[in-house]
Amino acid sequence: MNRPAPDAAVLQVTGVAVELAGRQVLHDVDVQVAAKEHVGLIGPNGAGKTTLLRSLLGLLPITSGVIAIDGRTPQEARGSIGYVPQRHEFVWDYPVDVRTAVMTGRTHRIGWLRRPSADDRAAVDEALERVDLVDLHRRPIGELSGGQRQRVLVARALALRPSLLLLDEPFTGLDVPTQEILTRLFRTLTSEGTAILMTTHDLPAAADTCSRLCLLNETVVADGTPEELRDPAIWLRAFGVARSEQLLHTLGVTR
Amino acid sequence: MIEFFIEPWQHVFMQRAFLVVLMSGVICGVIGSHVALRGMAFIGDAVAHAVFPGIAIAFVLQTSLVVGGIVAGLITAFSIAVVSQNRRLKEDTVIGVFFAGAFGLGIVVMSTAPGYGGSLESFLFGSVLGIGNRDVVTVAVAGAVLLLVSAALHKEFVTVGLDRETARSVGLPIFWLDMALYAMVTIAIVISIQAVGNILVLALLITPAACARLLTDRIGAMMLIAPLIGAFSGLTGLYLSYAFNLAAGGLIVLTATTVFIACWVFAPRHGLLSHRRSSAAAAVVPA
Repeated sequence: MNRPAPDAAVLQVTGVAVELAGRQVLHDVDVQVAAKEHVGLIGPNGAGKTTLLRSLLGLLPITSGVIAIDGRTPQEARGSIGYVPQRHEFVWDYPVDVRTAVMTGRTHRIGWLRRPSADDRAAVDEALERVDLVDLHRRPIGELSGGQRQRVLVARALALRPSLLLLDEPFTGLDVPTQEILTRLFRTLTSEGTAILMTTHDLPAAADTCSRLCLLNETVVADGTPEELRDPAIWLRAFGVARSEQLLHTLGVTR
Repeated sequence: MIEFFIEPWQHVFMQRAFLVVLMSGVICGVIGSHVALRGMAFIGDAVAHAVFPGIAIAFVLQTSLVVGGIVAGLITAFSIAVVSQNRRLKEDTVIGVFFAGAFGLGIVVMSTAPGYGGSLESFLFGSVLGIGNRDVVTVAVAGAVLLLVSAALHKEFVTVGLDRETARSVGLPIFWLDMALYAMVTIAIVISIQAVGNILVLALLITPAACARLLTDRIGAMMLIAPLIGAFSGLTGLYLSYAFNLAAGGLIVLTATTVFIACWVFAPRHGLLSHRRSSAAAAVVPA
């Protein structure tokens, strides 16, 4: 395994535990993502993937462990992380156009009582260009297709020019051409030094895009390259025979 | 014909009435756009009822009705926001508890005042012809403040309206922005109660905004169209009321409702007819 050196990590999660309503959802989670790395966080529904993302954003308190984002706590790093939520979290019938929606990613940077500066507009232009939405920048968001909507959310995150990009199920419900556009974009971003962590329950898609996969089920049960995780033996070790067969099937390792 | 338009303006009480319905229409159009987009209509209803005990107490104590209403509305809005932090109760349940309670309190307080029947009626149904000079000034000042705050917080309201969780994650103060919006809704309602009355004020807040949403896909345009429709409804309703000697508040709201029905049928992109046409066109194209 070619693990990056710890000092190169943009995101360093060590021994993290999270409780939701008194129930332990995550424990002893160790994850690190270095610059230029694209890590897929894989696990069945209810494994705690979204919970982990929400802790990284500082939306949920951790009960033990350490989260470091460029050496800062989630509270200190607040507002600097690029976050792409699931598409249904967004109010698509709100009457704004694509450019305005992308600009809302910078509202907290622009500050109270201020209008977007030249720098803010340049960041939005750049983000729109990256996701190939320049031609549609005046279109109301309610008229966009599912793939275009996903690209708006990615652009909104990129408008912060983040060093760490968190994506929650970015490929779910997208057609193959849109998946390819996004995959190409993620490759460009990582080659420029961005660290990407994305959740998914689609192992084949993740194996195509990610440089490393992290298998999460309340804790990290396996961590390696896609090839390493293709081996059913890892799954047997992690979950035992009965459970792993079901998981391998839902995650698409075996059909 | 010209006579019809000019005559009402010769009375001072009509001049005040025109000014107040114009300003109420504009203010409610702007604030109501946020209310409609956030799906907060029920909160508007709650606040409209909740200002009642404040106005009743102010009436009994012979102080400013506007101030009394605003204080009571704000207390209720804050209580709703705080109590609904308890996840066991849904927000609309909490709202239901508070606004009925507040209205009950208002009726009890009002009944302690001798001869309360008349003032209760003017409160419930509006008394636009009995507005004093000081009320006109109050509405103008409060309205100007509301429009300024609404412009100042516009991009934050849009950001939170689009995606609450992400707005929270970047550190925007969601709770206080909600509070600010509730407070603005409260003030808009209180200053409009004199025009259309407590029961109908929700229509002045929601209906012009709903019309504007049918006519445009841009929030900036919505913030212009809704106040225009609000002001138009106010003026038209008042003219009709003067001409036919009918209740002003009811006619103002009926005018707005008529505009809404027209928008619903004829709106260029989202209206009933345009949907018919586009689906008819879609049926023809493959043939």
